Amino acid sequence: MKTFRWIWLALTIGLLGYGFYQAMYVVPTEATMGEIQRIFYYHLPSWFAMSLFFAVNLGASITYLACRRTNPLRALSADALALASAEIGVVFCTVGLVTGSLWARPVWGIWWTWDERLTSTLVLWLIYVSYILLRHFADGEQMRTLAAVLAIFGYIDVPIVYFSTRWWRTQHPGPVIGGGGLDPSMWPGILWNAAAFLAWGTFVVGLRYGIERRRQLAEQRASLHALEATLELTK
Amino acid sequence: MNPQIITQPAPARPYLLIHLAKDLRIEWRSKDALNSMLFFSLLVVVLFSLAFDPTAAVSRQISGGILCVATLFAAVTALNQAWTRELRHQMLDAQRMAPAPASSLFLAKVVANFLFVSAVQIILAPLFAIFYNLHPLGQSWLLALILPLGTWALVVNGTFFAALSIRTRNRELLLPLLLFPIFIPALLGMVQASTAVLTGEADPGLWIKLLAGYDVIFTTASILLFATILHAE
Repeated sequence: MKTFRWIWLALTIGLLGYGFYQAMYVVPTEATMGEIQRIFYYHLPSWFAMSLFFAVNLGASITYLACRRTNPLRALSADALALASAEIGVVFCTVGLVTGSLWARPVWGIWWTWDERLTSTLVLWLIYVSYILLRHFADGEQMRTLAAVLAIFGYIDVPIVYFSTRWWRTQHPGPVIGGGGLDPSMWPGILWNAAAFLAWGTFVVGLRYGIERRRQLAEQRASLHALEATLELTK
Repeated sequence: MNPQIITQPAPARPYLLIHLAKDLRIEWRSKDALNSMLFFSLLVVVLFSLAFDPTAAVSRQISGGILCVATLFAAVTALNQAWTRELRHQMLDAQRMAPAPASSLFLAKVVANFLFVSAVQIILAPLFAIFYNLHPLGQSWLLALILPLGTWALVVNGTFFAALSIRTRNRELLLPLLLFPIFIPALLGMVQASTAVLTGEADPGLWIKLLAGYDVIFTTASILLFATILHAE
């Protein structure tokens, strides 16, 4: 397991380096926006990673709710995965928002606008930050159930937020995927960076998952010790 | 625990009505929620009016938003009370053991809170028109559809998250933190629809559909997941 982790880390660093090389030196400069457009090779991959980890969070939360009575051990690991993926999802969401803002300043002339995609992403960020806050405000099995329920509510809200803000207003450039607005020579910059971000995100989620599992085990050991101590007293 | 099934005599009325009657009676005797909500939203209306000092045209633009936000803030103060009341004398534990389905407890609370918040809005609306010098330019009867839909969206999620946050540390603080992000699309719908009616410039139909859809989706989700929340150890 430990060797695998080192191999994965080496692979991730390699991918990040190669992605950087592709995005900065290989891919041609965009005609109208110039060099600033290169931030896009970090902007879009962070959305890929964010979508993946929020979906993992939903899957793990549903698994937790389904298994918490029948298979508590699996439920606990699902909960650790839900926490790890939500935290990394928020990190990628923040990266996406910040890179988007840095791009918007020279291109649109403003840091922020209340546009459909920007607003819905910000609301998404708020929802998952509130999820992490809830996990800090409660303890134990109760907190895990409440957090899993909140994760489901948050995920249901995402499409509604998207459509409501879409009807509200729109300014963001049209979608790249399916819209066909991107020159084929630019794809390597996106795909290599997407692979690199996913590898890096998976690595960090793995580490965070390990920490959370150890914390859960330590908690269980502590409560077992406490239980044994009371047995000693009653003997 | 003894797994033997105890046959229950059927209740005289549906459980939903029993719960609802209880909640209404408690509120009728104390009037805590209504008074605090009324005064709070009145304060918000006065504060915003002083802070922005709007002209008649501007007030048409902003007053829909102010009414919705005032309702939102006022409802949060009342919703926290709705479940704190049940904590006294371990009432919530008794509810968990009662044979009545959890969803009827939840729905009764939602209906009761919906009535309280609507009552506050009905009292507040004339005051609002006076303070902000309002003459709606659109079809003002549509407000009778928009406000209940928005209030239901607020109350159904608010009651659910209040039940959720009652089980945590600093519970009074947590409710707005959980409720506001989830409520944003409904707030947007409510504000846009009522502004469209007040200014008469746009058609609120799309926003009313959005509110209705939001209500259906979140009412279903809350009813399905409420038992999980109530029985969370």
